[in-house]
Amino acid sequence: MKLLFEKSKPGTGNQYIPACDTPEYALDASFLREEEAALPEISENDLSRHYSALEKRSYGVNDGFYPLGSCTMKYNPKINEAAAALEGFTDIHPLQPADTVSGCRKVLDMTKQYLCTITGMDAMTLAPAAGAHGEFTGMMLIRKYHEMRGDMKRRKVIVPDSSHGTNPATGTMNGMKVVSIPSTPEGYVDLEKLRQAVDDETAGLMLTNPNTLGLFDRNICEITKIVHEAGGLCYYDGANMNPIMGIVRPGDMGFDCIHLNLHKTFSTPHGGGGPGAGAVGCKQFLAEYLPWDLEETENSCGKVRSYHGSFLVIVKALAYILSLGKEGIPASAAASVLNANYFKALLSEKYTMANPGFCMHEFVMTLEKEHKEHGFSALDIAKGLLDNGIHPPTMYFPLIVHEALMAEPTETESRQTLEEAAKIFLDLYDEAMKDPESMQHRPQSTVIGRPDEVLAARKPVLRWKKEEKDEG
Amino acid sequence: MNSPAELKYSATHEWIREDGDTCLIGITDYAQDQLGSLVFVNLPMEGDELTAGEAFCDVESVKAVSDVIAPVSGTVTEVNEELADAPEKLNEDPYGAWICRVENCSFDHELMDAEAYAAFCEKEHE
Amino acid sequence: MGSYLSMNDSDKRIMLEKTGVSSVMDLYRDVPKDLILDKPLDLPEGKAEMQVARIMRQLAGENRVFGTVFRGAGAYRHYIPAIVDEVASKETLLTAYTPYQAEISQGVLQSIFEYQTMICELTGMDVSNASVYDGASAAAEAAAMCRDRKRNKILVSETVNPEVITVMRTYSWASDGQIVTVPASGGVTDLQKLCEAVDKDTAAVCLQNPNYLGCLEDLRAAADIIHEKGAKLIAYVNPIAQAILKTPYECGADIAVGEGQPLGLPLAYGGPYLGFMACRQEMMRRLPGRIVGQTVDPQGREAYVLTLQAREQHIRREKASSNICSNEALCALRAAVYMAAMGREGMRQVAKQCVSKAHYLQQKLEEAGFARKYGQEFFHEFVTTCPYDADEVMKILAGNDILGGLVLSQHEILWCATEMNTKEETDRMVSLLKEALG
Repeated sequence: MKLLFEKSKPGTGNQYIPACDTPEYALDASFLREEEAALPEISENDLSRHYSALEKRSYGVNDGFYPLGSCTMKYNPKINEAAAALEGFTDIHPLQPADTVSGCRKVLDMTKQYLCTITGMDAMTLAPAAGAHGEFTGMMLIRKYHEMRGDMKRRKVIVPDSSHGTNPATGTMNGMKVVSIPSTPEGYVDLEKLRQAVDDETAGLMLTNPNTLGLFDRNICEITKIVHEAGGLCYYDGANMNPIMGIVRPGDMGFDCIHLNLHKTFSTPHGGGGPGAGAVGCKQFLAEYLPWDLEETENSCGKVRSYHGSFLVIVKALAYILSLGKEGIPASAAASVLNANYFKALLSEKYTMANPGFCMHEFVMTLEKEHKEHGFSALDIAKGLLDNGIHPPTMYFPLIVHEALMAEPTETESRQTLEEAAKIFLDLYDEAMKDPESMQHRPQSTVIGRPDEVLAARKPVLRWKKEEKDEG
Repeated sequence: MNSPAELKYSATHEWIREDGDTCLIGITDYAQDQLGSLVFVNLPMEGDELTAGEAFCDVESVKAVSDVIAPVSGTVTEVNEELADAPEKLNEDPYGAWICRVENCSFDHELMDAEAYAAFCEKEHE
Repeated sequence: MGSYLSMNDSDKRIMLEKTGVSSVMDLYRDVPKDLILDKPLDLPEGKAEMQVARIMRQLAGENRVFGTVFRGAGAYRHYIPAIVDEVASKETLLTAYTPYQAEISQGVLQSIFEYQTMICELTGMDVSNASVYDGASAAAEAAAMCRDRKRNKILVSETVNPEVITVMRTYSWASDGQIVTVPASGGVTDLQKLCEAVDKDTAAVCLQNPNYLGCLEDLRAAADIIHEKGAKLIAYVNPIAQAILKTPYECGADIAVGEGQPLGLPLAYGGPYLGFMACRQEMMRRLPGRIVGQTVDPQGREAYVLTLQAREQHIRREKASSNICSNEALCALRAAVYMAAMGREGMRQVAKQCVSKAHYLQQKLEEAGFARKYGQEFFHEFVTTCPYDADEVMKILAGNDILGGLVLSQHEILWCATEMNTKEETDRMVSLLKEALG
């Protein structure tokens, strides 16, 4: 499909602003750019069609089943969008006087309070713009805590090998040495390895529970105890909060600090990659280190982004919490677990599960055997799903499972959707067993086939250029 | 897998070619095959001090990044800049596409000859 | 109560049976019993959509939307063509995840590729990423791009937006870096002091243009000073101004970053916004965040993919220089639609009107006794003295539906005008000031 620039035609444009009604002031030429920015020149009709075409070449939660593990692709309620579009939210300058933004402040305060209740934390910041940004913020609190106590040598952060890549990267961003500990074959934290890893240099542990295999670690209290006894703190990665909200709280498991992904658990849309929002909560003894908002506070770690966070995203999350309320939140969590287990049971007919038994909100399949013995891979199954109108599960994660496919159906899918999807998964499996070679040519029905990623990385073309097109 | 007789090999799949007073270092045929199509090499810089057993460079495929471990200690005197623009050379000609030249080499790490390395790869592959 | 489930009792029965348990709570058997909440959360009861709508409207209604705005200071009110909201509301683009599966995400990927191209055009740079959280975090990430083992110090001009400096400081503290501010003189960075401050430990210098006080900096001269010492220049720029101002590339900057909010994003009490980041070719692999590249499919058709992923956290883990995974795709989409709709000429018009209207405002304020503080040329913001108590002035204006400039101190105000401010608005405000204060 043609790029906007290829549809551009000199002299075409739209009239959005009237002619200038004040005298024209010309800046000295020495300040001005030598060459004009080659932005598109296109009529609104053509522009509108361009984006309609791009929309058709995309896939969202509204298009169909999206069991992308670890991403919680639940339905994004429309009332959230309507609330965030209210002029009383959209047209507020971030630096307006306090007495003109009391509605915004209430939105922030209510959301903080509800999220504290849900997580068992005492204080919350809504400043971080995403989950990883929340991790960065949370680990800063932990670092600050040790430093304020004069315990400068605590610069090690323990991360299980099953963790999201953001955890070790966050440790490094916080000037910490990352110590990776192996998981047990079932994917749990290996208590012995953890005991060996902690010492007087341990700043803390980063953990997601349920873990990336979709299992709740039954030793969770022992884990946080081991870290605490060594003088470290426990950080909860809230990426997998969905199945436990309203049922069990990270604060009660012994975690000192957490982040939540409002764009996962609290139903705000992902927008093709963002904007998200990553609330960070902590126990009272860490509260003084939280980022400051309106006024700088003495022991605060600072600010991680400008102003007050992804405000409109927070509005959407608040609308969701209000809709669900005290009954809806645990009911949603429980439904996400039931859906995952039902889907797992259906797929178990043919697919090998990394862990037998029950799961929380997601589960991991492994195609290691099929890959070795029959010559088709997790990637092949994923690409085959694309031909059937399903977004594939997360591929090749967690790293500790070979040929992994990680599926998270979420609570908002119906039994019928799960059954239809399971049939597609199972049929595809048979097809792959029969003719593994053909799987390498999937997908067939999408607007492109498998793109050449090696070429893209070896010879990066990261922007459109006129000259090249003309020569080519 | 091809492993030329005149080279020495490390257990982390680097090769060493002695060339007068200096050594050339690269990654083996087995390594490139396991890594798949390489898309970028994070080359060392002239003057870098290598310590045997420690990473001195990394290579990227589309979905992975792997350290290249120094098989010997020494000082980098020359870097194969050609690889910066043509990482595919590591796949196409692993024993021609040297990564860097090292002087004052000290062979304080255990290395294998071609035969031992071939057997080692055979075993690792199982 | 809206819980958005699609499960009735019979579904539930069938599913439990297939799963082999009698109650959903049986699936939580790994959770220690004493951890399971024994009473409902202390939250309000769930509500019907109509009730939620009412509450949200009420909250929004408690905020004050000003008819006239002369305040910028990092967040700017511009006209947003209706098509921007329309495109950004398209359900599929709104609800998609990061485009990992390229074959069904060509639309999202192409829109990012187009965004990257437009950011390169505005800044003159070779490479743009798919965006980061906001301008301040973009500046902090840019600083991290420049640091290495030998050079750990980042200089920031005092004329950079204080929000940006604070965020840069925070990131820098976390990674044991050093941030030093360079003093200003006459409303712009003191180049003499800059020259003295850059040393062999300096990784980069961050300058803002137009700067926080509205003045235009001499980036070109600064770049020469900085490069002479082997450091890099990070230019923090306003994307609207870039339609007419010298590009960071032309000025010799190594990295261009900034707040993308003026490109079709509402003020929204500060977010979500959009940090843009672009750099020269040599620094491409140090650029954090998602990047979309063009390639081909097996049939030779043009295709777009997330590329250069080996830089990122999910592959490099603790060796990644940033943990970022989100880009602000939907905000970048708004920016792209905005730039395309306004178009080459429209963008220039907006920028030129900003200049003209701000100069008109400045001249009128001068007549009312608000003298200009700095003699430098400015884009669409400027600082004046205030002959009265500045907070009092703001109260008077607020009483007349006007959000005045930002009070910097009791007798200093930072004003802003954009294409949205009509001559009539300016005249009305100035006569109000004259009346009330004169």
